[in-house]
Amino acid sequence: MAKKFMALLLASLMLLTLTLTACGDGGSGSEGLAPIKKEDLKIGFIYVGDAYDGGYSQAHEEGRLQMMESLGLADSQVIVVENVPESAECATAARNLVDQGCNVIYSNSFGHMDHIKAVADEYPNVYFGHATGFTRTDNMTTYMGRIYEARYLSGIVAGLQTKSNKIGYVAAMPIAEVVRGINAFTLGVQSVNPNATVEVIWLNTWYDGTLEKTVALELLNKGCDVIAQHCDSPAPQIAAEEKGAFAIGYNRSTAEVAPKAYLTAPLFHWGAYYTANVQSIIDGTWVSEDFWKGLTSGVVSLDNLSSLVVAGAAEKVAAAEAAIKDGSLVIFSGEIYDNQGNLKVAAGQTMTDAELTSFDWLVKGVIGSVPAA
Amino acid sequence: MNFLTSLALFLQIAVQGGTPLLFGTLGAIMNERVGHLNLGVEGMMMFGACMGYWAALKTDNAAIAILVAGLAGMLCALIYAVLTVTFRTNHTVTGLVTTIFGTGLANFIGKPLSTQALPRSFTEQLAAVKVPVLSEIPVIGKMFFEQSIYVHIGILCAILLYIYMKKTTIGLKMRMIGENPAAADASGINITLYKYVHILLGGFLSGLGGAYLTLVYVPVWKESVTGGQGWIAVALVIFSTWSPIKAIFGAYFFGMLRGLGFKLQNVAIPLIGTVPSQFLDMVPYVVTILALVFMTLRKKKENQGPAALGLPYFREDR
Repeated sequence: MAKKFMALLLASLMLLTLTLTACGDGGSGSEGLAPIKKEDLKIGFIYVGDAYDGGYSQAHEEGRLQMMESLGLADSQVIVVENVPESAECATAARNLVDQGCNVIYSNSFGHMDHIKAVADEYPNVYFGHATGFTRTDNMTTYMGRIYEARYLSGIVAGLQTKSNKIGYVAAMPIAEVVRGINAFTLGVQSVNPNATVEVIWLNTWYDGTLEKTVALELLNKGCDVIAQHCDSPAPQIAAEEKGAFAIGYNRSTAEVAPKAYLTAPLFHWGAYYTANVQSIIDGTWVSEDFWKGLTSGVVSLDNLSSLVVAGAAEKVAAAEAAIKDGSLVIFSGEIYDNQGNLKVAAGQTMTDAELTSFDWLVKGVIGSVPAA
Repeated sequence: MNFLTSLALFLQIAVQGGTPLLFGTLGAIMNERVGHLNLGVEGMMMFGACMGYWAALKTDNAAIAILVAGLAGMLCALIYAVLTVTFRTNHTVTGLVTTIFGTGLANFIGKPLSTQALPRSFTEQLAAVKVPVLSEIPVIGKMFFEQSIYVHIGILCAILLYIYMKKTTIGLKMRMIGENPAAADASGINITLYKYVHILLGGFLSGLGGAYLTLVYVPVWKESVTGGQGWIAVALVIFSTWSPIKAIFGAYFFGMLRGLGFKLQNVAIPLIGTVPSQFLDMVPYVVTILALVFMTLRKKKENQGPAALGLPYFREDR
């Protein structure tokens, strides 16, 4: 018995030493951020979903691969952790990456924010990038695409496509990012079809194919003939195809999943961001900033319209896209009413970024409400 | 759209949502009737979902895919059976382990599958079939007569299981083992054989339940696709008082509750107004708890579970 106990004790001691040494490696070096030589880079990616979820996380994964190719990084210089929930497990995942020698860490989900910040504070000489959040520190930057610009364009397509004037919107979580997307989409719809409404149903999850389809079917049964989505799987498009309706995807081009329903999709191109950001670490020009750019930057775009889209839509989309790019069209500028009939943005006024990141009301034309998050 | 059409479409979705639950519940009933509490349903469903999808990609044949899904569930059940029957391990812990194992293995094997979509030639084999005339019946027409053949297999399994349990001698012996294994043993029933057979068949059914999700409902492979439906199936066993026929209603009722929350999101209820969606999401679970409480309060003997449920059987232990 005593022997066994000793063996166990020694084994745990060894394990502890190993862990501590590994920790030491990650935490060593001078205080603060220094440029990192390309061959010394070790980059960790934390995804909220499966790297091949067919949607949001896969868009990041494709961006990562593009970044590695354009910078010429070796496979051993990158570690990917998938399916990391928006809980303390995220902090554990980030610490493990530091332990494994990562000096740059990206995380792709809003709910990872506080956990990433906690780890960023512990390791001031590791670079952190957090997508979709608003918390920044000296070594933690944030990045996001103004996907709502592309959503506005997809709204134009939906508004022209619908015959029943009822459009359904499968929405994930009631946070400002999603609310902003619904509003931009609806403004796009109403810019070409003021009679059309957009009905919203909340999933309260980012990624659950079964629920996503159930909600889409519910909207279709209510008479919607175009389904848009802000959730991570293509299940709503499958539902639309089954019922002979049309669908607008998200994140990635998914025409092959539902060829008889797919119209277009607002897309992310994270590769452009990741490449530039890692390059700035090599060059020593990295800064903690609020990176939030739209169509002009190439980080977001609208997918090519499929052959199912009604004639005339392409021209209207192109005109709006050009106007957004040259600044003559600002999506959230007055006058804008909420769906209770109150004037929210007066004519001539434009919503600030601060207002956009705390959006908690829905514009005229949306059926639904924002439950307290 | 008028109310009746809308109700018919709603019930159609309820049945679709309830079908994986029905298979899972039937599987768990078979396990529990021979006295084995099975918390491994979720794992068996996951593994069935994954292997069924794999076979569908390989063969493009619905019958083979369904069979493979069942066999995959059976394989998980075999591990559970060896541990609990032969080695007499604790049912609760072993069941949990089976779930963790099945989920993990399915996600591992499924990794390369998530980039591949099922061909149309496959999905059409299991697409909803519109039965002429019958599907036009108001309200219940679409519910039963505009569904995938998979849904009908579920109902058929439930009826067959009911006849087997209630009308055959083998079924009686099986139930006896769950009530009093020592008495069954003394009367000459081969307990080990009975337990193995029923646990394996239960695993087969659970595997089919998982595969419904990946072959029919949303025909793409997704990590952790069952999303906890196996756990609901375990609760549904009690809800349906270990009866396969009541399991049909229980599963469809639960399928309906899942859809109901979404239906009510934009509806103003008199006096209350619109209910926050987070509360609506709770509805199925609250109803389950209430039903369980109600069932226990009624104290009817036939509503109670098999007496020897969850107890490892030692022949020498008196």
